[in-house]
Amino acid sequence: MKNCEYQQIDPRTLVVSPSSAQKHTEKEAERPRRKWEVFPGKNRFFCGGRIMLARQSGVLPLTLGLIVFTCGLFFGFDCSFLVEHLTVFIPMIAAVLFLFVVISLLWTSFTDPGILPRATPDEAADIEKQINTSGSSTYRPPPRTKEILINQQVVKLKYCFTCKMFRPPRTSHCSLCDNCVERFDHHCPWVGNCVGKRNYRFFYSFIISLSFLTSFIFGCVITHITLRSQICKSLVQAIQESPARYPLYISHFIILIEMLSCLDTSLCTVVELVVCFFSIWSILGLSGFHTYLVASNLTTNEDIKGSWSSKRGADESGNPYSHSNIITNCCATLCGPMPPSLIDRRGFVPPDEAIPAASASEIELPLFTAKNDAHMCTQSTKDMLERMVHSSDFHGLCPPGTSKTAPLGLGVTSTPARSTQPSPSALCSQQHVHQPVALPCTTYSRSSKRDSPLSINPAFRLASPSPSLSRVSLILDDSPDTGFVPIP
Amino acid sequence: MAETHSLQDMRQQAAVAAKVFIQRDYTNGTVCQFQTKFPSELETRIDKQQFEETVRTLNNLYAEAEKLGSQSYIEGCLACLTAYTVFLCMETHYEKVLKKIAKFIQEQNDKIYAPRGLLLTDPIERGLRVIEVTIFEDRSLTR
Repeated sequence: MKNCEYQQIDPRTLVVSPSSAQKHTEKEAERPRRKWEVFPGKNRFFCGGRIMLARQSGVLPLTLGLIVFTCGLFFGFDCSFLVEHLTVFIPMIAAVLFLFVVISLLWTSFTDPGILPRATPDEAADIEKQINTSGSSTYRPPPRTKEILINQQVVKLKYCFTCKMFRPPRTSHCSLCDNCVERFDHHCPWVGNCVGKRNYRFFYSFIISLSFLTSFIFGCVITHITLRSQICKSLVQAIQESPARYPLYISHFIILIEMLSCLDTSLCTVVELVVCFFSIWSILGLSGFHTYLVASNLTTNEDIKGSWSSKRGADESGNPYSHSNIITNCCATLCGPMPPSLIDRRGFVPPDEAIPAASASEIELPLFTAKNDAHMCTQSTKDMLERMVHSSDFHGLCPPGTSKTAPLGLGVTSTPARSTQPSPSALCSQQHVHQPVALPCTTYSRSSKRDSPLSINPAFRLASPSPSLSRVSLILDDSPDTGFVPIP
Repeated sequence: MAETHSLQDMRQQAAVAAKVFIQRDYTNGTVCQFQTKFPSELETRIDKQQFEETVRTLNNLYAEAEKLGSQSYIEGCLACLTAYTVFLCMETHYEKVLKKIAKFIQEQNDKIYAPRGLLLTDPIERGLRVIEVTIFEDRSLTR
């Protein structure tokens, strides 16, 4: 009961506490690092982990630049003519297509393609145990495979040495990004990211809409040139047919002016024509190829390796993932449920991993502990018990008064942490509402915990023979109420 | 808050004895399913039926999340038409089911596993690869 009451205090005391980033809910803590900051793969993160890219973004700026440049030229130079001579819907359709292309491209580039987080050390150890008895870590054992049956077909699962796990079916390790990606299709340099389970539909939308856009612009540009040349021709004809109306040099001059005014428009038009012409072949080809892949529920990776085509004469029945018909395959791949991102970029690194790193900065430590206390009731039980398991947070198990103040007291030796010293009293005074004896805890714990922050296992420090500390260990076993018993 | 107390009691005296990992079952393809085979390490701790029931329910929940039905198609088509901007605003069906799963695991832990000195970890925290069952040392548990 006391413990729960104490937990209710926590959010307020956290707000009161003077240190950094107070942008949290109960769940999120303050300074502890987010998982994207310690992500082992070769990715870059922006906007606090919300946007991710491969480390080598490839030619994504070129892709974007080409699209924007070509469409810019189109809107600038061709649209006015075409609106005049044809219809106003032309720029509208082009604008819609352009927006769709850019948005799909950004979704493809910035979304997690379906990266599998690496195995935890416990998991890796368990797998090792299952495979092999002699676990020597000094050499790389021969490649490990595991055969399983999927829809009555034998599929080999390979062991990934980097991620320390058996790769699920259709998963492949991308060497450029150094991640295992689910339903790995390919690493696209144009998009600057891998294409996998989560962003395949965005990629497909991108290439389909881009095909439409390039074809549309190509068509419009051809129309523009045709119309313009017809106008020029008729103008020349008109002048030639009525020579009496104008003197010869003036008619020539008019023709020249008309040609010149066509010229700068034509230059842009020609640029657009060239870009579209070369893109169309590649984009349309790629769209066609991916439509085939979608219809047969294959990935580029599988198609290139010929995983299923060598069996049973290259028909769909060789592919164990294929549904019965093309429509179902298309729907499943493109309109299926959107799987969640497994890497939890914005989550926080559990403090038992963070504490050794944070030991250098005492300011963070009290916040970790405060977070631990706040989390006792609210966070997932796994984290709670994991922390206990690693026993680096044993002081978090202290009755709230001591644990709250202890690590804050740790900051005595360094100047920045001194500023947190008023807060223990503030904290204690908050707790005064419930336990009037918190202040002695402050003085007590401040003096005794001076050397524990750098210890990875303060639990053992707590158990040291110093009399004040032994009282803490006593308190550990009692109910939290007694934690506020004044220490004489 | 009752669960906090029981977990804290356990926390104060428990240490991790072992961890068991329930691997994925790929016999039906890449859908998320876990093996229902009962691990031998848990024989002394929990009833086989109980455990298999838990895993089976989890499998059903994941199957519901990944089901190719009219709802998922409508969601997919709507997303496509709006250039996938709905993913910024709305929670997907999968995410809703994941929340349900998290609640279910919490419930199972509180009612069944914690009293027996076990702890189930939500598979999403392990990248949907394994169900991690932590076995605590049986010191002074109230059985």
